Amino acid sequence: MNILFNGLSLGAIYALIALGYTMVYGIAKMLNFAHGDVIMVGAYALLVTLNLQGHIALGVVVSVVVCTVAGIVIEKLAYKPLRGASPLAVLITAIGVSYLLQSVSQLIFGAAPQPITIGNFGTVNLFGAEISTSTILTLVVGSVIMACLTVFIKKTRTGRAMVAVSEDRGAALLMGINVNRIIMITFAIGSALAACASVFYLMQIPSLEPTLGSMPGIKAFTAAVIGGIGSIPGAMLGGVLLGVIEKVCLSIPALSPYTTAVEFGLLIVILLVRPIGLLGKKRREKV
Amino acid sequence: MVKKLLKSDDFKLKNCINYLAVTVALVVCIFMKSQGKLPNSYANLLVQIGYSIILAVSLNLVVGFLGELSLGHAGFMCVGAYMGTFISIQLSEVIDSKIVCLLISMLCGGLMAAFFGFLVGLPALRLKGDYLAIVTLAFGEIVRNIFKNLPWFGKAMGLTTSAVRFTKKDIPLFIIVFIMVLVTLFLVQNLVRSKHGRAITAIRDNEIAAKAMGINVTFYKLFVFVFAAFFAGVAGVFYGHYTTPVMYTFFSYNYSIEILVMVVLGGMGSINGSIIAATLITVINFKLQDALSGDLAALKYLIYALILIGIVLFNNAPKFRPYKERFAPKALIKKLTEKNRKPSDIMSDEADWNKIPTKIKMDEVLTVDVQDKLSAAQKAAKEEE
Repeated sequence: MNILFNGLSLGAIYALIALGYTMVYGIAKMLNFAHGDVIMVGAYALLVTLNLQGHIALGVVVSVVVCTVAGIVIEKLAYKPLRGASPLAVLITAIGVSYLLQSVSQLIFGAAPQPITIGNFGTVNLFGAEISTSTILTLVVGSVIMACLTVFIKKTRTGRAMVAVSEDRGAALLMGINVNRIIMITFAIGSALAACASVFYLMQIPSLEPTLGSMPGIKAFTAAVIGGIGSIPGAMLGGVLLGVIEKVCLSIPALSPYTTAVEFGLLIVILLVRPIGLLGKKRREKV
Repeated sequence: MVKKLLKSDDFKLKNCINYLAVTVALVVCIFMKSQGKLPNSYANLLVQIGYSIILAVSLNLVVGFLGELSLGHAGFMCVGAYMGTFISIQLSEVIDSKIVCLLISMLCGGLMAAFFGFLVGLPALRLKGDYLAIVTLAFGEIVRNIFKNLPWFGKAMGLTTSAVRFTKKDIPLFIIVFIMVLVTLFLVQNLVRSKHGRAITAIRDNEIAAKAMGINVTFYKLFVFVFAAFFAGVAGVFYGHYTTPVMYTFFSYNYSIEILVMVVLGGMGSINGSIIAATLITVINFKLQDALSGDLAALKYLIYALILIGIVLFNNAPKFRPYKERFAPKALIKKLTEKNRKPSDIMSDEADWNKIPTKIKMDEVLTVDVQDKLSAAQKAAKEEE
């Protein structure tokens, strides 16, 4: 039971990150490798605020703002000039940006892991298992954010414009949608989600270093691919699935050293059986 | 026979200049070694340069010629390093000569890596670019994770290779590495220039069109992938015979990126560029190793990041196109050589008419004419005043 809840809360974190990946992929048709490192930026923003005696709530706000700005700046400087270039070029630039963020933060904050304390919320007895409040908080807030996002995309003008751009960029442009602005908004939302994920991540693992974002980033991308990239419910499903699998693997002694292998193995198997992911939509290629 | 070969179209200086350069470098190094003027650390550097060239050239085949991004090249190298060296250690109990051990294990390690390349490529290559990148990345992590935990390979301590490692007493390892570099260059260049090479670049330029032309896209993708993985495995075997212990931490995602930086810096699709960039980056790494310690080590990655972003933006962004036309090395060389051209240089009708200085461009004439008239009119106006 405990394992399941831990898995779910880790899954919620992965899902939040995966949402950022999947939205950007759906709309800009590019793999934002730097997304994981935006999480790291958010974590450091939180740390700095806490070190300056700021309240935790202020820290969360600062972290979200910093990440959003970072997301927009990255998009403007690195990706926008490459609109229309080959996917390979964009992908390599994204890797470069990821490296840039990591090395800059290492130069500023140092490579050594820094401890961070985000209050202790105690534990709650639920269904006969001791579950920490932070786990529950992660689950509840994570679900609320995802629900809000779904409503935002379905109901608002901007949200529907996003769907339109992801389905056919050219047609969207002809319909008077400002594609560049939509892509910018997507990056902003994705980065804000990454900031939320960073707060929850630090609740579970209270230490941060410049490479903090890379592993969760890669795993969240795996989750996004498993769920079907470009599909928002798919990202949630994939994230939760991956989180639960990771925790279950870690709890079985014989399997625990091979957790990474199992997770990525799952990715390869899913791609082999169903290349579009669990909830992905098949796209026909036009010449 | 030789004369005929020398005269044929395939044999051009520019096609074999890299063999010459590598051979000359090797001969100079051997000479220096025999004179005792080559410090040991530089001999080690040479080995590093050698396997970096093999890695960069083979990755260039995937990224530059096939147009797919592989982020698991270090993973294939890891397979080669662990498996090849393991086999070599087993063999060293039976065979005395270290060189024979190395050669056999090189083949085995390469084949193992190629086999893994096949296994990964089979599902991955049915997919499009971004997926391949992530699957190869995942593969690299899986390999590392498995070799870290398997009982035969020293677990977290790494695989101790002192039994087969080349020491001062043996023939310098860099000689064998550089011979292998020559073999790699020969195979890769001939592949690229063959019918199959043209099929591969056709896939890069337009997959659907290539398919329509009857090119078996999946076969060629898989073939290039396996081919590149083989050489990565060979590079891994050299790594295993050069250092001890073989640590899984070395073959991280970061190392795959480092190889990618070599390819991008040298120019995607340029083998000579890969050779130069691999040498340059390995030498820089070697020099920076002592200078940058602790947190400053991040500076190295900062440079890598800037190289990646800068070069890709410069080459691909529409905004930079005018600058690219003016400042790219090729354009500069063209500028220098163009002046000496005479109309009599043109041998065939297919000549590029833009290169002939005698050609008068119509719009130039027009603009000059108009400008003359304008300035004349202005002068007249001034005089009237």
